[in-house]
Amino acid sequence: MRRTFFLTLLYLALCVCTAVMLTPMVWLVAASFKGPDDLFHYVFFAPFLEPESFRERTKEIGLLGYFGNLLLTLVPKIEFHNFRQLFGDIPFFRFVMNSCFVAGTTVIVQLFFSSLGGFALAKYEFKGKRFVMGLMLGTMMIPAQVLMAPLYELIFKLGLVDTYVGLIVPGAVSVFGMFLFRQSMLDLPDELLYAGRIDGCGEFRLYWDIALPVSRPMIGAFTLISFMGSWNSFLWPQIILHSQDRFTLPIGLNQMVGVYSQEYGTLMAGTLLSVLPVMLLFFLLQKEFISGLAAGAIKG
Amino acid sequence: MTFSSHKKTAPYLFLSPFLLLFVIFGLYPLVKSLILAFYVTNGPKSQVFVGWDNFRFLFSDPDFHKAVRNTSLFAFFSVLVQLPLSLGLALLLNQSGLRGRDFFRFAFFSPHLVGQVFVAVLFSVIFIPHFGLLNRGLHALIGLDLDTKWLGNSNLVMPALILTSLWMYVGFNMIYFLAALQNVDLDLYDAAYVDGANAFRRFLHVTLPGIRGVTVFVMILATIGSFQLFELPFVMLGNGAGPDGAGLTIVMYLYMNGFVNGDLGYASTIGWTLAIGVFLISMLQMYLTGMWKRLD
Repeated sequence: MRRTFFLTLLYLALCVCTAVMLTPMVWLVAASFKGPDDLFHYVFFAPFLEPESFRERTKEIGLLGYFGNLLLTLVPKIEFHNFRQLFGDIPFFRFVMNSCFVAGTTVIVQLFFSSLGGFALAKYEFKGKRFVMGLMLGTMMIPAQVLMAPLYELIFKLGLVDTYVGLIVPGAVSVFGMFLFRQSMLDLPDELLYAGRIDGCGEFRLYWDIALPVSRPMIGAFTLISFMGSWNSFLWPQIILHSQDRFTLPIGLNQMVGVYSQEYGTLMAGTLLSVLPVMLLFFLLQKEFISGLAAGAIKG
Repeated sequence: MTFSSHKKTAPYLFLSPFLLLFVIFGLYPLVKSLILAFYVTNGPKSQVFVGWDNFRFLFSDPDFHKAVRNTSLFAFFSVLVQLPLSLGLALLLNQSGLRGRDFFRFAFFSPHLVGQVFVAVLFSVIFIPHFGLLNRGLHALIGLDLDTKWLGNSNLVMPALILTSLWMYVGFNMIYFLAALQNVDLDLYDAAYVDGANAFRRFLHVTLPGIRGVTVFVMILATIGSFQLFELPFVMLGNGAGPDGAGLTIVMYLYMNGFVNGDLGYASTIGWTLAIGVFLISMLQMYLTGMWKRLD
Protein backbone atom coordinates (compact mmCIF):
# COMPACT_ATOMS: atom_id res chain seq x y z
CA MET A 1 0.00 0.00 0.00
CA ARG A 2 2.71 2.43 1.01
CA ARG A 3 4.74 1.26 -1.97
CA THR A 4 1.88 1.98 -4.40
CA PHE A 5 1.40 5.42 -2.91
CA PHE A 6 5.10 6.11 -3.24
CA LEU A 7 5.22 4.94 -6.85
CA THR A 8 2.17 7.03 -7.78
CA LEU A 9 3.83 10.08 -6.29
CA LEU A 10 7.05 9.25 -8.14
CA TYR A 11 5.33 8.95 -11.51
CA LEU A 12 3.37 12.13 -10.84
CA ALA A 13 6.58 14.05 -10.13
CA LEU A 14 8.29 12.59 -13.18
CA CYS A 15 5.35 13.42 -15.45
CA VAL A 16 5.24 17.02 -14.23
CA CYS A 17 9.00 17.37 -14.85
CA THR A 18 8.67 15.77 -18.28
CA ALA A 19 5.83 18.12 -19.21
CA VAL A 20 7.89 21.15 -18.17
CA MET A 21 10.94 19.95 -20.08
CA LEU A 22 9.07 19.03 -23.26
CA THR A 23 6.72 22.04 -23.40
CA PRO A 24 9.18 24.33 -25.24
CA MET A 25 9.74 21.68 -27.91
CA VAL A 26 6.02 20.99 -28.32
CA TRP A 27 5.44 24.72 -28.55
CA LEU A 28 8.16 24.92 -31.21
CA VAL A 29 6.41 22.24 -33.30
CA ALA A 30 3.03 23.94 -32.85
CA ALA A 31 4.38 27.37 -33.75
CA SER A 32 6.04 25.98 -36.87
CA PHE A 33 2.84 24.48 -38.23
CA LYS A 34 0.55 27.42 -37.45
CA GLY A 35 -0.85 29.81 -40.01
CA PRO A 36 0.16 33.48 -39.88
CA ASP A 37 -3.04 34.53 -38.07
CA ASP A 38 -3.22 31.63 -35.63
CA LEU A 39 0.20 32.38 -34.22
CA PHE A 40 -1.09 35.10 -31.93
CA HIS A 41 -4.49 33.57 -31.16
CA TYR A 42 -3.58 30.11 -29.94
CA VAL A 43 -0.82 29.15 -27.54
CA PHE A 44 -0.32 25.71 -29.06
CA PHE A 45 -2.08 24.27 -32.10
CA ALA A 46 -5.05 26.05 -33.61
CA PRO A 47 -8.09 23.74 -33.83
CA PHE A 48 -9.18 22.57 -37.26
CA LEU A 49 -12.60 24.12 -36.60
CA GLU A 50 -12.62 27.20 -34.43
CA PRO A 51 -14.93 27.00 -31.40
CA GLU A 52 -16.67 30.28 -32.31
CA SER A 53 -17.76 29.14 -35.74
CA PHE A 54 -18.63 25.78 -34.21
CA ARG A 55 -21.02 27.42 -31.75
CA GLU A 56 -22.81 29.27 -34.55
CA ARG A 57 -23.16 26.16 -36.67
CA THR A 58 -24.49 23.92 -33.89
CA LYS A 59 -27.90 25.61 -34.15
CA GLU A 60 -28.40 24.37 -37.69
CA ILE A 61 -27.05 20.84 -37.55
CA GLY A 62 -28.33 17.59 -36.08
CA LEU A 63 -26.87 15.50 -33.26
CA LEU A 64 -24.50 13.55 -35.54
CA GLY A 65 -23.22 16.73 -37.15
CA TYR A 66 -22.84 18.22 -33.68
CA PHE A 67 -20.47 15.52 -32.54
CA GLY A 68 -18.70 15.51 -35.89
CA ASN A 69 -17.98 19.21 -35.56
CA LEU A 70 -17.03 18.80 -31.90
CA LEU A 71 -14.38 16.31 -32.99
CA LEU A 72 -13.09 18.75 -35.56
CA THR A 73 -12.39 21.34 -32.86
CA LEU A 74 -10.03 18.80 -31.27
CA VAL A 75 -8.10 18.13 -34.46
CA PRO A 76 -5.11 20.47 -34.82
CA LYS A 77 -5.04 22.60 -37.92
CA ILE A 78 -1.74 22.09 -39.71
CA GLU A 79 -0.49 24.74 -42.11
CA PHE A 80 2.73 24.77 -44.08
CA HIS A 81 2.77 28.51 -44.65
CA ASN A 82 5.93 28.97 -42.53
CA PHE A 83 7.85 26.28 -44.37
CA ARG A 84 6.84 27.65 -47.77
CA GLN A 85 8.13 31.05 -46.73
CA LEU A 86 11.30 29.50 -45.30
CA PHE A 87 12.23 27.88 -48.58
CA GLY A 88 10.81 30.61 -50.79
CA ASP A 89 12.17 33.92 -49.50
CA ILE A 90 15.27 32.83 -47.61
CA PRO A 91 18.28 30.83 -48.81
CA PHE A 92 17.43 28.41 -46.02
CA PHE A 93 17.93 25.34 -48.18
CA ARG A 94 21.43 26.58 -48.91
CA PHE A 95 22.17 26.85 -45.17
CA VAL A 96 20.91 23.29 -44.65
CA MET A 97 23.09 21.91 -47.43
CA ASN A 98 26.12 23.87 -46.17
CA SER A 99 25.61 22.55 -42.64
CA CYS A 100 25.22 18.99 -43.94
CA PHE A 101 28.45 19.28 -45.88
CA VAL A 102 30.44 20.86 -43.04
CA ALA A 103 29.12 18.51 -40.35
CA GLY A 104 29.49 15.43 -42.57
CA THR A 105 33.07 16.26 -43.47
CA THR A 106 33.96 17.11 -39.87
CA VAL A 107 32.55 13.81 -38.58
CA ILE A 108 34.43 11.70 -41.13
CA VAL A 109 37.75 13.51 -40.68
CA GLN A 110 37.54 13.60 -36.87
CA LEU A 111 36.45 9.97 -36.71
CA PHE A 112 39.39 8.83 -38.82
CA PHE A 113 42.15 10.88 -37.20
CA SER A 114 40.89 10.41 -33.63
CA SER A 115 40.48 6.65 -33.90
CA LEU A 116 43.87 6.33 -35.60
CA GLY A 117 45.56 8.33 -32.83
CA GLY A 118 43.60 6.48 -30.16
CA PHE A 119 44.75 3.17 -31.62
CA ALA A 120 48.39 4.25 -31.49
CA LEU A 121 48.01 5.28 -27.83
CA ALA A 122 46.16 2.13 -26.83
CA LYS A 123 48.16 -0.60 -28.55
CA TYR A 124 51.75 0.59 -28.96
CA GLU A 125 54.59 1.23 -26.56
CA PHE A 126 56.81 3.97 -27.90
CA LYS A 127 59.10 6.73 -26.79
CA GLY A 128 57.29 9.96 -25.98
CA LYS A 129 53.90 8.34 -25.38
CA ARG A 130 53.52 9.92 -21.96
CA PHE A 131 54.56 13.23 -23.45
CA VAL A 132 51.87 13.02 -26.15
CA MET A 133 49.21 12.12 -23.57
CA GLY A 134 50.31 15.04 -21.42
CA LEU A 135 50.11 17.31 -24.44
CA MET A 136 46.58 16.13 -25.14
CA LEU A 137 45.48 16.78 -21.56
CA GLY A 138 47.07 20.20 -21.79
CA THR A 139 45.13 21.13 -24.91
CA MET A 140 41.89 20.18 -23.19
CA MET A 141 42.69 22.58 -20.34
CA ILE A 142 43.13 25.62 -22.56
CA PRO A 143 39.83 27.37 -23.30
CA ALA A 144 39.21 27.88 -27.02
CA GLN A 145 38.78 31.64 -26.50
CA VAL A 146 42.49 32.10 -25.78
CA LEU A 147 43.41 30.79 -29.22
CA MET A 148 40.60 32.50 -31.11
CA ALA A 149 42.39 35.73 -32.07
CA PRO A 150 45.78 34.29 -33.17
CA LEU A 151 43.99 31.44 -34.92
CA TYR A 152 41.98 33.94 -36.93
CA GLU A 153 45.16 35.84 -37.75
CA LEU A 154 46.78 32.59 -38.93
CA ILE A 155 43.78 31.63 -41.05
CA PHE A 156 43.83 35.12 -42.52
CA LYS A 157 47.53 34.87 -43.40
CA LEU A 158 46.96 31.48 -45.01
CA GLY A 159 44.23 33.06 -47.13
CA LEU A 160 41.61 30.70 -45.72
CA VAL A 161 39.10 33.23 -44.36
CA ASP A 162 35.59 32.50 -45.68
CA THR A 163 36.53 28.95 -46.73
CA TYR A 164 35.43 25.60 -45.36
CA VAL A 165 39.09 24.54 -45.13
CA GLY A 166 39.66 27.35 -42.63
CA LEU A 167 36.49 26.33 -40.81
CA ILE A 168 37.15 22.59 -40.55
CA VAL A 169 40.92 21.94 -40.57
CA PRO A 170 41.90 23.59 -37.22
CA GLY A 171 39.49 21.20 -35.47
CA ALA A 172 40.14 18.16 -37.64
CA VAL A 173 41.51 16.10 -34.74
CA SER A 174 39.44 15.80 -31.58
CA VAL A 175 41.61 15.21 -28.52
CA PHE A 176 38.53 14.11 -26.59
CA GLY A 177 37.86 11.61 -29.39
CA MET A 178 41.39 10.27 -29.16
CA PHE A 179 40.90 9.62 -25.46
CA LEU A 180 37.56 7.91 -26.09
CA PHE A 181 38.98 5.63 -28.77
CA ARG A 182 42.08 4.86 -26.72
CA GLN A 183 39.77 3.82 -23.87
CA SER A 184 37.69 1.52 -26.07
CA MET A 185 40.71 -0.04 -27.82
CA LEU A 186 42.62 -0.80 -24.60
CA ASP A 187 40.52 -3.93 -24.16
CA LEU A 188 41.47 -5.27 -27.59
CA PRO A 189 43.54 -8.45 -26.99
CA ASP A 190 47.16 -8.16 -28.13
CA GLU A 191 47.04 -11.76 -29.40
CA LEU A 192 44.67 -10.62 -32.14
CA LEU A 193 47.24 -8.09 -33.34
CA TYR A 194 50.10 -10.63 -33.17
CA ALA A 195 48.05 -13.06 -35.20
CA GLY A 196 47.41 -10.33 -37.73
CA ARG A 197 51.11 -9.53 -37.99
CA ILE A 198 52.01 -13.18 -38.50
CA ASP A 199 49.44 -13.32 -41.29
CA GLY A 200 51.31 -10.46 -42.90
CA CYS A 201 48.99 -7.56 -42.11
CA GLY A 202 50.56 -4.10 -42.25
CA GLU A 203 50.12 -1.91 -39.17
CA PHE A 204 47.46 0.16 -40.90
CA ARG A 205 45.51 -3.02 -41.75
CA LEU A 206 45.60 -3.95 -38.05
CA TYR A 207 43.91 -0.65 -37.28
CA TRP A 208 41.45 -0.74 -40.17
CA ASP A 209 40.44 -4.41 -40.12
CA ILE A 210 40.79 -5.35 -36.43
CA ALA A 211 40.79 -2.37 -34.07
CA LEU A 212 38.19 -0.22 -35.83
CA PRO A 213 35.47 -2.90 -36.17
CA VAL A 214 35.91 -3.81 -32.50
CA SER A 215 35.21 -0.25 -31.36
CA ARG A 216 31.92 0.09 -33.21
CA PRO A 217 29.96 1.31 -30.16
CA MET A 218 32.49 4.10 -29.68
CA ILE A 219 32.24 5.00 -33.37
CA GLY A 220 28.51 5.46 -32.84
CA ALA A 221 28.96 7.55 -29.71
CA PHE A 222 31.68 9.72 -31.20
CA THR A 223 29.78 10.24 -34.46
CA LEU A 224 26.98 11.84 -32.45
CA ILE A 225 29.36 13.92 -30.31
CA SER A 226 31.28 15.12 -33.34
CA PHE A 227 28.15 15.81 -35.40
CA MET A 228 26.55 17.78 -32.56
CA GLY A 229 29.70 19.79 -32.06
CA SER A 230 29.91 20.77 -35.71
CA TRP A 231 26.20 21.19 -36.41
CA ASN A 232 25.65 23.44 -33.39
CA SER A 233 28.92 25.35 -33.62
CA PHE A 234 28.52 29.12 -33.77
CA LEU A 235 31.46 31.28 -32.67
CA TRP A 236 34.20 29.95 -34.99
CA PRO A 237 31.96 29.85 -38.12
CA GLN A 238 30.69 33.32 -37.23
CA ILE A 239 34.30 34.56 -37.24
CA ILE A 240 35.47 32.66 -40.32
CA LEU A 241 32.51 32.75 -42.72
CA HIS A 242 31.64 36.06 -44.34
CA SER A 243 29.60 35.41 -47.49
CA GLN A 244 26.00 34.40 -47.07
CA ASP A 245 26.08 31.49 -49.49
CA ARG A 246 28.64 29.77 -47.29
CA PHE A 247 26.73 30.25 -44.00
CA THR A 248 25.95 27.23 -41.87
CA LEU A 249 22.57 26.95 -40.13
CA PRO A 250 23.45 28.61 -36.79
CA ILE A 251 24.94 31.62 -38.58
CA GLY A 252 22.14 31.76 -41.12
CA LEU A 253 19.42 31.45 -38.50
CA ASN A 254 21.02 34.13 -36.35
CA GLN A 255 21.01 36.43 -39.35
CA MET A 256 17.36 35.59 -39.99
CA VAL A 257 16.47 36.72 -36.46
CA GLY A 258 17.65 40.18 -37.40
CA VAL A 259 15.93 40.30 -40.80
CA TYR A 260 12.68 38.45 -40.02
CA SER A 261 12.31 39.58 -36.42
CA GLN A 262 8.54 39.90 -36.66
CA GLU A 263 7.87 36.63 -38.52
CA TYR A 264 8.04 34.31 -35.55
CA GLY A 265 6.41 31.41 -37.39
CA THR A 266 9.11 31.34 -40.06
CA LEU A 267 11.83 31.57 -37.43
CA MET A 268 10.31 28.69 -35.48
CA ALA A 269 9.99 26.54 -38.60
CA GLY A 270 13.65 27.20 -39.34
CA THR A 271 14.61 26.33 -35.76
CA LEU A 272 12.58 23.13 -35.88
CA LEU A 273 14.30 21.97 -39.07
CA SER A 274 17.70 22.87 -37.59
CA VAL A 275 17.06 20.80 -34.50
CA LEU A 276 15.64 17.73 -36.23
CA PRO A 277 18.84 16.16 -37.69
CA VAL A 278 20.57 15.93 -34.30
CA MET A 279 17.41 14.47 -32.75
CA LEU A 280 17.20 11.82 -35.48
CA LEU A 281 20.86 10.92 -35.13
CA PHE A 282 20.42 10.66 -31.38
CA PHE A 283 17.57 8.17 -31.78
CA LEU A 284 19.76 6.06 -34.05
CA LEU A 285 22.79 6.15 -31.74
CA GLN A 286 21.39 6.76 -28.26
CA LYS A 287 22.44 3.43 -26.74
CA GLU A 288 26.08 3.95 -27.66
CA PHE A 289 25.93 7.61 -26.68
CA ILE A 290 24.54 7.19 -23.16
CA SER A 291 26.89 4.31 -22.34
CA GLY A 292 29.84 6.28 -23.72
CA LEU A 293 28.93 9.34 -21.63
CA ALA A 294 28.40 7.29 -18.49
CA ALA A 295 31.69 5.47 -18.97
CA GLY A 296 33.42 8.84 -19.31
CA ALA A 297 31.84 10.04 -16.08
CA ILE A 298 33.03 7.08 -14.05
CA LYS A 299 36.47 6.69 -15.55
CA GLY A 300 37.09 10.41 -15.92
CA MET B 1 44.42 1.40 -48.84
CA THR B 2 47.42 -0.34 -47.34
CA PHE B 3 50.76 0.93 -46.30
CA SER B 4 52.94 -1.48 -44.41
CA SER B 5 55.34 0.10 -41.99
CA HIS B 6 57.50 -1.06 -39.18
CA LYS B 7 55.92 -1.58 -35.78
CA LYS B 8 58.23 1.04 -34.28
CA THR B 9 57.34 3.87 -36.64
CA ALA B 10 53.62 3.09 -36.96
CA PRO B 11 52.46 4.88 -33.77
CA TYR B 12 54.28 8.06 -34.77
CA LEU B 13 52.71 7.89 -38.20
CA PHE B 14 49.26 7.33 -36.68
CA LEU B 15 49.72 10.28 -34.33
CA SER B 16 51.21 12.56 -36.97
CA PRO B 17 47.88 14.19 -37.97
CA PHE B 18 47.31 15.19 -34.34
CA LEU B 19 50.89 16.33 -33.81
CA LEU B 20 50.98 18.32 -37.05
CA LEU B 21 47.67 20.06 -36.41
CA PHE B 22 48.62 20.61 -32.78
CA VAL B 23 51.80 22.44 -33.73
CA ILE B 24 50.11 24.60 -36.39
CA PHE B 25 46.71 25.26 -34.84
CA GLY B 26 47.48 24.78 -31.13
CA LEU B 27 51.05 25.53 -30.17
CA TYR B 28 51.66 28.38 -32.61
CA PRO B 29 48.45 30.28 -31.73
CA LEU B 30 49.15 29.70 -28.03
CA VAL B 31 52.57 31.32 -28.25
CA LYS B 32 51.24 33.96 -30.61
CA SER B 33 48.39 34.87 -28.26
CA LEU B 34 50.91 35.46 -25.47
CA ILE B 35 52.71 37.91 -27.76
CA LEU B 36 49.53 39.47 -29.16
CA ALA B 37 48.27 40.20 -25.65
CA PHE B 38 50.88 42.97 -25.50
CA TYR B 39 49.98 44.50 -28.85
CA VAL B 40 47.23 46.73 -30.13
CA THR B 41 46.10 45.51 -33.54
CA ASN B 42 43.79 46.71 -36.21
CA GLY B 43 42.67 43.54 -37.90
CA PRO B 44 45.32 40.94 -38.77
CA LYS B 45 47.54 43.45 -40.60
CA SER B 46 48.74 46.24 -38.32
CA GLN B 47 50.24 45.68 -34.86
CA VAL B 48 51.76 48.08 -32.34
CA PHE B 49 53.55 46.98 -29.17
CA VAL B 50 51.98 48.54 -26.06
CA GLY B 51 53.41 46.48 -23.18
CA TRP B 52 51.05 46.04 -20.23
CA ASP B 53 48.67 48.74 -21.50
CA ASN B 54 46.10 46.18 -22.69
CA PHE B 55 45.87 44.69 -19.22
CA ARG B 56 45.81 48.13 -17.59
CA PHE B 57 43.00 49.22 -19.87
CA LEU B 58 41.12 45.95 -19.39
CA PHE B 59 41.08 46.20 -15.61
CA SER B 60 39.94 49.82 -15.71
CA ASP B 61 37.29 49.37 -18.41
CA PRO B 62 33.79 49.66 -16.88
CA ASP B 63 32.43 47.47 -19.69
CA PHE B 64 34.77 44.68 -18.66
CA HIS B 65 33.71 45.10 -15.02
CA LYS B 66 30.11 44.77 -16.14
CA ALA B 67 30.94 41.68 -18.22
CA VAL B 68 32.72 40.04 -15.27
CA ARG B 69 29.86 40.89 -12.91
CA ASN B 70 27.22 39.55 -15.31
CA THR B 71 29.13 36.37 -16.10
CA SER B 72 29.92 35.66 -12.44
CA LEU B 73 26.29 36.20 -11.43
CA PHE B 74 25.18 33.89 -14.21
CA ALA B 75 27.74 31.22 -13.28
CA PHE B 76 26.92 31.37 -9.57
CA PHE B 77 23.16 31.21 -9.89
CA SER B 78 22.95 28.79 -12.79
CA VAL B 79 25.22 26.30 -11.00
CA LEU B 80 23.40 26.87 -7.69
CA VAL B 81 19.99 26.18 -9.25
CA GLN B 82 21.08 23.53 -11.72
CA LEU B 83 23.00 21.05 -9.60
CA PRO B 84 20.36 20.36 -6.92
CA LEU B 85 17.69 20.00 -9.61
CA SER B 86 19.91 17.68 -11.67
CA LEU B 87 20.58 15.57 -8.60
CA GLY B 88 16.86 15.59 -7.74
CA LEU B 89 15.92 14.31 -11.19
CA ALA B 90 18.64 11.67 -11.00
CA LEU B 91 17.31 10.52 -7.61
CA LEU B 92 13.79 10.23 -9.05
CA LEU B 93 15.08 8.17 -11.98
CA ASN B 94 17.22 5.98 -9.74
CA GLN B 95 14.26 4.58 -7.74
CA SER B 96 14.00 0.82 -8.07
CA GLY B 97 10.94 -0.58 -9.83
CA LEU B 98 10.56 2.46 -12.07
CA ARG B 99 9.20 1.70 -15.53
CA GLY B 100 9.88 3.85 -18.56
CA ARG B 101 13.20 5.07 -17.20
CA ASP B 102 14.64 5.39 -20.72
CA PHE B 103 11.77 7.60 -21.80
CA PHE B 104 12.06 9.97 -18.82
CA ARG B 105 15.83 10.09 -19.19
CA PHE B 106 15.49 11.05 -22.84
CA ALA B 107 12.84 13.68 -22.05
CA PHE B 108 15.13 15.34 -19.50
CA PHE B 109 18.25 15.01 -21.60
CA SER B 110 16.82 16.01 -24.99
CA PRO B 111 17.23 19.82 -24.66
CA HIS B 112 20.98 19.29 -24.57
CA LEU B 113 20.84 18.01 -28.16
CA VAL B 114 19.61 21.40 -29.32
CA GLY B 115 22.48 23.75 -30.08
CA GLN B 116 22.81 26.95 -28.05
CA VAL B 117 21.97 29.13 -31.04
CA PHE B 118 18.80 27.20 -31.77
CA VAL B 119 17.81 27.29 -28.10
CA ALA B 120 18.48 31.02 -28.14
CA VAL B 121 16.20 31.59 -31.15
CA LEU B 122 13.48 29.39 -29.64
CA PHE B 123 13.59 31.10 -26.26
CA SER B 124 13.83 34.59 -27.72
CA VAL B 125 10.34 33.90 -29.10
CA ILE B 126 9.17 32.12 -25.92
CA PHE B 127 10.15 35.25 -23.96
CA ILE B 128 8.37 37.79 -26.19
CA PRO B 129 5.80 39.94 -24.38
CA HIS B 130 2.10 39.17 -24.70
CA PHE B 131 2.26 36.23 -27.14
CA GLY B 132 5.24 34.32 -25.77
CA LEU B 133 4.76 30.96 -24.08
CA LEU B 134 6.36 32.01 -20.80
CA ASN B 135 4.22 35.11 -20.26
CA ARG B 136 1.05 33.25 -21.19
CA GLY B 137 1.94 30.40 -18.88
CA LEU B 138 2.89 32.63 -15.95
CA HIS B 139 -0.15 34.81 -16.58
CA ALA B 140 -2.44 31.80 -16.33
CA LEU B 141 -0.64 30.34 -13.31
CA ILE B 142 0.24 33.31 -11.11
CA GLY B 143 -1.29 36.26 -12.95
CA LEU B 144 1.99 37.77 -14.09
CA ASP B 145 1.70 40.80 -16.38
CA LEU B 146 1.30 39.55 -19.96
CA ASP B 147 3.53 42.35 -21.22
CA THR B 148 6.54 41.50 -19.08
CA LYS B 149 9.55 42.20 -21.29
CA TRP B 150 12.03 39.50 -20.27
CA LEU B 151 14.66 40.50 -22.79
CA GLY B 152 13.87 44.23 -22.76
CA ASN B 153 14.20 44.85 -19.03
CA SER B 154 17.74 44.95 -17.67
CA ASN B 155 16.66 43.32 -14.41
CA LEU B 156 15.04 40.38 -16.12
CA VAL B 157 17.70 39.53 -18.71
CA MET B 158 19.83 37.51 -16.27
CA PRO B 159 16.90 35.49 -14.86
CA ALA B 160 15.82 34.76 -18.44
CA LEU B 161 19.32 33.53 -19.33
CA ILE B 162 19.56 31.40 -16.19
CA LEU B 163 16.15 29.87 -16.92
CA THR B 164 17.17 29.07 -20.49
CA SER B 165 20.44 27.47 -19.48
CA LEU B 166 18.62 25.53 -16.78
CA TRP B 167 16.39 23.99 -19.44
CA MET B 168 19.41 23.17 -21.58
CA TYR B 169 21.72 21.64 -19.02
CA VAL B 170 19.68 20.22 -16.12
CA GLY B 171 19.19 16.89 -17.92
CA PHE B 172 22.76 16.76 -19.14
CA ASN B 173 24.16 17.03 -15.62
CA MET B 174 21.53 14.56 -14.45
CA ILE B 175 23.18 11.86 -16.62
CA TYR B 176 26.41 12.22 -14.62
CA PHE B 177 24.56 12.07 -11.29
CA LEU B 178 22.56 9.06 -12.43
CA ALA B 179 25.73 7.20 -13.42
CA ALA B 180 27.26 8.08 -10.04
CA LEU B 181 24.17 6.98 -8.09
CA GLN B 182 24.18 3.63 -9.85
CA ASN B 183 27.76 3.16 -8.69
CA VAL B 184 27.12 3.70 -4.98
CA ASP B 185 27.72 0.46 -3.09
CA LEU B 186 24.32 -1.13 -2.34
CA ASP B 187 25.73 -2.93 0.71
CA LEU B 188 26.23 0.43 2.38
CA TYR B 189 22.50 1.14 2.06
CA ASP B 190 21.68 -2.24 3.54
CA ALA B 191 24.07 -1.65 6.42
CA ALA B 192 22.59 1.78 7.09
CA TYR B 193 19.07 0.31 6.89
CA VAL B 194 19.94 -2.38 9.41
CA ASP B 195 21.39 0.31 11.67
CA GLY B 196 17.99 2.00 11.60
CA ALA B 197 18.83 5.02 9.42
CA ASN B 198 15.76 6.52 7.73
CA ALA B 199 15.66 7.50 4.04
CA PHE B 200 16.86 11.04 4.69
CA ARG B 201 19.79 9.92 6.83
CA ARG B 202 20.71 7.26 4.27
CA PHE B 203 20.77 9.99 1.62
CA LEU B 204 22.88 12.25 3.83
CA HIS B 205 25.40 9.66 5.01
CA VAL B 206 25.56 7.11 2.19
CA THR B 207 24.41 8.71 -1.08
CA LEU B 208 26.03 12.12 -0.77
CA PRO B 209 29.51 10.89 0.22
CA GLY B 210 29.23 8.23 -2.50
CA ILE B 211 28.66 10.75 -5.29
CA ARG B 212 30.97 13.43 -3.98
CA GLY B 213 33.63 13.00 -6.66
CA VAL B 214 31.15 13.30 -9.51
CA THR B 215 29.42 16.25 -7.83
CA VAL B 216 32.65 18.23 -7.70
CA PHE B 217 33.43 17.18 -11.29
CA VAL B 218 30.00 18.37 -12.50
CA MET B 219 30.23 21.58 -10.49
CA ILE B 220 33.61 22.49 -11.97
CA LEU B 221 32.52 21.63 -15.52
CA ALA B 222 29.32 23.65 -15.13
CA THR B 223 31.24 26.62 -13.75
CA ILE B 224 33.78 26.54 -16.59
CA GLY B 225 30.95 26.26 -19.11
CA SER B 226 29.05 29.15 -17.49
CA PHE B 227 32.06 31.44 -17.69
CA GLN B 228 32.18 30.83 -21.44
CA LEU B 229 28.58 31.97 -21.92
CA PHE B 230 28.24 33.68 -25.27
CA GLU B 231 25.75 32.31 -27.81
CA LEU B 232 22.64 32.46 -25.62
CA PRO B 233 22.75 36.19 -24.80
CA PHE B 234 24.33 37.16 -28.13
CA VAL B 235 21.56 35.61 -30.22
CA MET B 236 18.68 36.23 -27.79
CA LEU B 237 19.55 39.91 -27.46
CA GLY B 238 19.84 40.52 -31.20
CA ASN B 239 23.64 40.27 -31.53
CA GLY B 240 24.24 42.78 -28.76
CA ALA B 241 24.51 43.13 -25.02
CA GLY B 242 20.84 43.91 -24.37
CA PRO B 243 19.32 46.77 -22.33
CA ASP B 244 22.01 48.60 -20.30
CA GLY B 245 24.46 45.87 -21.29
CA ALA B 246 22.66 43.51 -18.91
CA GLY B 247 23.56 40.55 -21.11
CA LEU B 248 27.20 41.45 -21.71
CA THR B 249 29.44 38.47 -20.93
CA ILE B 250 33.21 38.11 -20.95
CA VAL B 251 33.33 36.11 -24.19
CA MET B 252 30.91 38.56 -25.82
CA TYR B 253 33.22 41.39 -24.75
CA LEU B 254 36.10 39.44 -26.33
CA TYR B 255 34.15 38.87 -29.54
CA MET B 256 33.09 42.51 -29.83
CA ASN B 257 36.60 43.84 -29.27
CA GLY B 258 38.46 41.26 -31.30
CA PHE B 259 36.20 40.51 -34.21
CA VAL B 260 33.85 43.48 -34.50
CA ASN B 261 36.35 46.22 -33.64
CA GLY B 262 39.25 44.17 -35.01
CA ASP B 263 41.67 44.42 -32.07
CA LEU B 264 43.06 40.88 -32.02
CA GLY B 265 45.73 41.90 -29.50
CA TYR B 266 43.20 43.09 -26.96
CA ALA B 267 41.10 39.97 -27.63
CA SER B 268 44.12 37.86 -26.63
CA THR B 269 44.47 39.89 -23.45
CA ILE B 270 40.84 39.19 -22.59
CA GLY B 271 41.23 35.51 -23.51
CA TRP B 272 44.20 35.03 -21.20
CA THR B 273 42.53 36.91 -18.37
CA LEU B 274 39.47 34.68 -18.72
CA ALA B 275 41.55 31.50 -18.89
CA ILE B 276 43.56 32.39 -15.78
CA GLY B 277 40.44 33.48 -13.92
CA VAL B 278 38.57 30.26 -14.72
CA PHE B 279 41.64 28.20 -13.80
CA LEU B 280 41.89 29.93 -10.40
CA ILE B 281 38.18 29.45 -9.74
CA SER B 282 38.42 25.74 -10.57
CA MET B 283 41.41 25.40 -8.23
CA LEU B 284 39.48 27.23 -5.50
CA GLN B 285 36.52 24.90 -5.95
CA MET B 286 38.78 21.85 -5.70
CA TYR B 287 40.44 23.28 -2.61
CA LEU B 288 37.17 24.16 -0.88
CA THR B 289 35.61 20.77 -1.58
CA GLY B 290 38.65 18.91 -0.30
CA MET B 291 39.31 17.31 -3.70
CA TRP B 292 42.76 18.82 -3.51
CA LYS B 293 44.07 16.22 -1.07
CA ARG B 294 42.69 13.32 -3.09
CA LEU B 295 44.73 14.36 -6.09
CA ASP B 296 48.06 13.96 -4.30
